[in-house]
Amino acid sequence: MEVETDCESKRILCRFKSETGQIAGDVMDLPLQCTLKQLNLICNAVIQNAENASYTFFINDKEIKENLEKSISSNEINIESVVDIIYQQQAVFKVRAITRCTASMPGHSEAVISVNFSPDGKHLASGSGDTTVRFWDIETQTPYHTCKGHKNWVLCIAWSPDSSKLASACKDGKIILWNPKTGSQVGKTMMGHKQWVTSLSWEPYHKNTECRYFVSSSKDCNLRIWDSVLCTTVRTLAGHTKGVTVVKWGGAGLIYSASQDRSVKVWRAEDGVLCRSLEGHGHWVNTLALSTDYILRIGAFDPVKDSNKDTYTLDKRKSKEFALKRYKEITDLFGERLVSGSDDFTLFLWDPEKDKKPINRLHGHIQPVNDVKFSPNGRIIASASFDKSIKLWDSKTGKFIGVLRGHVQAVYMVAFSADSRLMVSGSADSTLKLWNLDGMKLQGDLPGHADEVYAVDWSSDGRNVASGGKDKVLKLWQY
Amino acid sequence: MPQNEYIERHRKLHGRRLDYEERKRKREAREPHKRAQTARSLRGIKAKIFNKERRNEKIQMKKKIKAHEEKKTKKVTEKVQEGALPVYLLDRDVQSKAKVLSNMIKQKRKEKAGKWDVPIPKVRAQADAEVLRVVKSGKTKRKAWKRMVTKVTFVGEGFTRKPPKFERFIRPMALRFKKAHVTHPELKATFHLPIIGVKKNPSSPMFTSLGVITKGTVIEVNISELGLVTQAGKVVWGKYAQVTNNPENDGCINAVLLV
Repeated sequence: MEVETDCESKRILCRFKSETGQIAGDVMDLPLQCTLKQLNLICNAVIQNAENASYTFFINDKEIKENLEKSISSNEINIESVVDIIYQQQAVFKVRAITRCTASMPGHSEAVISVNFSPDGKHLASGSGDTTVRFWDIETQTPYHTCKGHKNWVLCIAWSPDSSKLASACKDGKIILWNPKTGSQVGKTMMGHKQWVTSLSWEPYHKNTECRYFVSSSKDCNLRIWDSVLCTTVRTLAGHTKGVTVVKWGGAGLIYSASQDRSVKVWRAEDGVLCRSLEGHGHWVNTLALSTDYILRIGAFDPVKDSNKDTYTLDKRKSKEFALKRYKEITDLFGERLVSGSDDFTLFLWDPEKDKKPINRLHGHIQPVNDVKFSPNGRIIASASFDKSIKLWDSKTGKFIGVLRGHVQAVYMVAFSADSRLMVSGSADSTLKLWNLDGMKLQGDLPGHADEVYAVDWSSDGRNVASGGKDKVLKLWQY
Repeated sequence: MPQNEYIERHRKLHGRRLDYEERKRKREAREPHKRAQTARSLRGIKAKIFNKERRNEKIQMKKKIKAHEEKKTKKVTEKVQEGALPVYLLDRDVQSKAKVLSNMIKQKRKEKAGKWDVPIPKVRAQADAEVLRVVKSGKTKRKAWKRMVTKVTFVGEGFTRKPPKFERFIRPMALRFKKAHVTHPELKATFHLPIIGVKKNPSSPMFTSLGVITKGTVIEVNISELGLVTQAGKVVWGKYAQVTNNPENDGCINAVLLV
């Protein structure tokens, strides 16, 4: 009898707080036995959320896994003070974990170097060493169009945010635009770069719904902003002293570029002025990621509602507002964060809109970092390295969360699912691996490729994963 | 003999004579006529020599013209290189890696049958008398049941010799090998790899069990340091290789990996 009363009497004063620090509802008295499910219900009631969303809760940056008691150590319990429970909304939809290979599509006669789903998840394109770009039909899992035009390896491809165009660049430095519906070339070949093009990035949808401009980075140290209608260079951004490795067009009208000269440079898109140069890395900067990458990539596409609609027949003004609103939601938390991975085995977390000093330096890898990605909700950073591991970091502070081991050779690329709960990684050991970020463990091993996997992409509607590699086939994976 | 470059010096000081250019042009214009004249008037051996020289000159001239023309119209179509790499590997000197093992099932089947497509298909059979030397034993050296292996052997780790009374085959320490130079035929690179075991000595199953390594023997080597991976993404540990030299003569084992 006594024991029971003791249990019941253990109560604690709590209040809910959002990530940005807004307090929701009054202070309330909760029993320590309160489980995660109950917390969810209470939180939904307090915030007056119509649709029952699921949340994750944190006390002192520790996630609540079962109930309150387990998360608060006994010596911290203070009847007097109020405990802040920070809540984070999780995606309302759930992406099902991929388990099997539904199609291996041969066609390319050389290694598949880049694979990309269109922002609305309806089209799939791949670039290969056989100088062609191919479009694939996802529904029937068959080849759709073969686009010949390049004279050398097609190194990178990029979809415009409205899914109406695909830009591809080759090792000769030429850029070609393709129409995914007909598979024909749009406009003329854009020449200008003297060496190979390393990356392409389109102007965000909420800045310009026409999807007219894009930026390319090249080994010849320059960035070029292109007009996709006139097929001419609008502006050349010179300033790097070695090859540029990545370029990203941010949502705030800034262009971020990383280079082998150890710097990350921030340019203003409209006049091409160099805003600031972010220094800190000790070796080549290999990769960049923005916390808004996913939002900028999918433009006005809504993975929940729009999965059966054609995005680019929408009312432009409305969709622009929608895209902008969603961009604001993400940046509300802490602005547009930038993370850069380098050959010096570290990553830097930047706040590039305001400051030229890094927020944090993320140590831990023991080999060059090859790829880094933000989760779609912008809360987790995943970095893939040649040291066979993937490391997870908190995007707010840059704190180390965990390490995912399992690959036996260098990890080349990672891709998040749209709900930020799953991640897939491709590696030189010829496998894809599926990771569950909830428990930070290996969910599934996806063998099938006969050689190194160079490119992986998860479609924005979460249904398919596509991967391509040295074995020349493109594979589609589904649940 | 001139003692100095006085002509050049004079030229530098005073310049050339005023009609130098014109005289030169005229001389050059006259040259073909002069040559034709000599060609026409020469007879006998002199004509032969002259014509031969002239022919060689013409060949050289034509060659030069052709070379110049080729230089002008060079390239247009360059062959696309093989072995495409993604952007992130372009600046790194990636050493050529062997293909991930393509077909594990086939491999397994072959293993079961004990047959491999080996680089050296026909191997000279080693006679027992060649490999094993009779060792006389007993107080009066009358007994001859002991054998000494005179070829290179592989003896597994943790092997202890039997007491002399029961030891029929002696494998001398000096001929025991632990490592082999294994060449990867696709990579065209050689690695110094530890031997795991002797899979098959074609001469006799007894030699296989004894671990005798002669030319043509299939041995299993530890290739984990090569970093080959199976299709399922596991590191390949052991793989077979065939010995290509006569180890007992050379003092080392050279082998080719069977892929």
